[in-house]
Amino acid sequence: MSAVTVIYTLLFYVATAILVIGVARKIFIFARTPQPLKIPTTPAPTTRLGVWARMIREVTVFESLFKSNKWIWLFGWVFHLCLFAELAWHLRYFTEPVWFFLPWMQWFINFTGFGMIAGLAGLWARRFLVDRVRYISSLSDHLMLALLVGIAASGLSMKYLFHTDIISLKAFFLGLMTFNWQPLPADAPLLVHLTLVATLMIVFPVSKLLHAPGVFFSPTRNQVDNPREKRWVAGWSAQIDNTKTARG
Amino acid sequence: MANFEVPVLGEYQVLPHVHPDTMAKSKPYVAKPDIQAGVGFPGELVPDWENVAVKKLGDLVSQSRALQVFLDSCVKCGACTDKCHYYLGTSDPKNMPVARQDLLRSVYRRYYTFAGKFFPKLVGARDMTKDVLDEWYSYFHQCSQCRRCSVFCPYGIDTAEISMAARDVMDAVGVGQKYSNEIIGKVHKIGNNLGLPEPALADTLAGLEEDVKDETGVDVKFPLDVKGAEVLVITPSADFFAEPHIDGLIGYAKVFHAAGTSWTLSSHASEAANFSMFIGSHENLHRAALRIREAALDLGVKRIIVGECGHAWRVAYSFWNTLIGPFDFLDQRYPIPQHICEFTYDLIQRGALTLDKSANDDKVVTFHDSCNVSRASRMGNMPGGQFKIPREVIKACVNKFYDMAPDTIHENTFCCGGGGGLLTDDLMELRVKGAQPRMQALKQVVDEYGVNHVAAICAICKSQFTKVLPYYKFPMDMIGSVHGLVSKAIRLGPKN
Repeated sequence: MSAVTVIYTLLFYVATAILVIGVARKIFIFARTPQPLKIPTTPAPTTRLGVWARMIREVTVFESLFKSNKWIWLFGWVFHLCLFAELAWHLRYFTEPVWFFLPWMQWFINFTGFGMIAGLAGLWARRFLVDRVRYISSLSDHLMLALLVGIAASGLSMKYLFHTDIISLKAFFLGLMTFNWQPLPADAPLLVHLTLVATLMIVFPVSKLLHAPGVFFSPTRNQVDNPREKRWVAGWSAQIDNTKTARG
Repeated sequence: MANFEVPVLGEYQVLPHVHPDTMAKSKPYVAKPDIQAGVGFPGELVPDWENVAVKKLGDLVSQSRALQVFLDSCVKCGACTDKCHYYLGTSDPKNMPVARQDLLRSVYRRYYTFAGKFFPKLVGARDMTKDVLDEWYSYFHQCSQCRRCSVFCPYGIDTAEISMAARDVMDAVGVGQKYSNEIIGKVHKIGNNLGLPEPALADTLAGLEEDVKDETGVDVKFPLDVKGAEVLVITPSADFFAEPHIDGLIGYAKVFHAAGTSWTLSSHASEAANFSMFIGSHENLHRAALRIREAALDLGVKRIIVGECGHAWRVAYSFWNTLIGPFDFLDQRYPIPQHICEFTYDLIQRGALTLDKSANDDKVVTFHDSCNVSRASRMGNMPGGQFKIPREVIKACVNKFYDMAPDTIHENTFCCGGGGGLLTDDLMELRVKGAQPRMQALKQVVDEYGVNHVAAICAICKSQFTKVLPYYKFPMDMIGSVHGLVSKAIRLGPKN
């Protein structure tokens, strides 16, 4: 087995472990931390079901962002939609036989790589052109965009210019999953693509990419607006016992 | 008139380019040791304060899911950057919500995240230094905690939560804000923000009874500490003496009179406001609110109704049940607590009030949605009732009503510029500049419809408007209480 195969086999085990453990740890922290007071941003749904609907709108059509700024919404939404489609499409390297819905996506995948780059380019341009956004951007914000553009560009290069041996690639990943290691085709664009993806996986749990799990735990979005109807207590507010302290 | 440049209102709201540090000098007076002692904080900067601050920040984050999620989730997308009235009015980039949050997030990252510990430069993490503390003191007292940013953030990040935490950390190391902390101390000691003792309160109320008798010929009562009354009214103490707040209090009394509902004020709990929320101190928040539970139990009332006050309504509506509940001793057939607008609205719906709209025909009215009512509470039984109910009350009392532009009302409302513990003369420049977006929207309805009266349901808004309206060439008495309009329109005595 080649050195390249060994290195990437180890890299993806390590990256996967960091991603899964890191994100699980953060989700555990989000879930464990109490929210002592009711703070939904109102008007807010008055039922659990309503909160579900609000959350689904937030994560599918970015409702608040749409209200806020149409350019950020357009670039951000196009990027996320295309990224999501690409993630699903990449399941074909991890499933055998491929999952039933993947063939239906074929036509859409012709646009998604470009869509990612277009969305990212728009977001990145704002970091230079809009003085307010330029002011709040730090080096890591630019590097994150560079990383994602690199992933999309290297992926597109294999789709249109430097075709890689995807049969062997699939064997490599299925091998990783079954601990039956297979050789990785050592094509430069592929190695660049995989390195960048592994980097993204590794930085995910310690970066702003935590917005993905974070949004589901955001109290201003996920709390039911019913404080008068139902007494809410958690954390320090659960320690309050007014029956002892009050006069009367 | 002012030793700073007052913004000039143009045809429409201008989105300014960033001008760093234009407000870096803005700082409220620091609390003296005796004031700090009254609210349980150290009187001056404590030894080893850097570590105390960092530890306090860590404690706060571990006790609040909101802080934990908000500090970890921001992607710096920029959606909030043009949403804060203080940014729009001052063009200081540190008044952009994300930049304000980053003043604290940078410290959180340095001490509590992997990236900040090992790659501080990369992610903009900073050590807790005196410069950072000074910057916090300046810019976390340039946030009115109005939550407008949280409406527009894709993750619902609420800068109010961050600024409350920052103020709590500063109090913990001995750097408190004089204005808020002095007021909270007065509530603990005497029962209201003004430090108005029981005899003075009784006097004021007796005077009001005489005034209303002279005006209407009707014996409208302003009861104080009446045991066995049906309703305990908790209202901001500004309602007892300030203009135009007092017209609102007179309005409540007339509504109770017309409804035939027995009610009382309490000298023990003579304050709806709870400034402890502004400084993020939950011990003080609980302690100040507890007086209301005590008063309700002492007086044996069946219901609690809250007067016109924005953040007080947030505390009452969203927090009271948590802080001073359960309210199993009150009548469960009514909302606990109930807003005075809900009470009046119900009576109007039932046709129980006689209202003569023509009494307000000298006014062309608009309504200023107060931030804490709009974005942190509700009225009625459906989302958005906090927008509909006060407007319906107004429309039942006036013939001419026009709303300001849609992107400046309801949940998009602009803060008056004086909320969140900033209603103090040492922050006058900030208050005037922060009012600019609201004044711009007001100008439009003044020009277009001849609006000459702004109704509000918040004591802070009313005081702030009175002060800043003249800077923008509007008459200071243009601001009024919603129940001031009710007071003018209501016809007492037997219904015809």
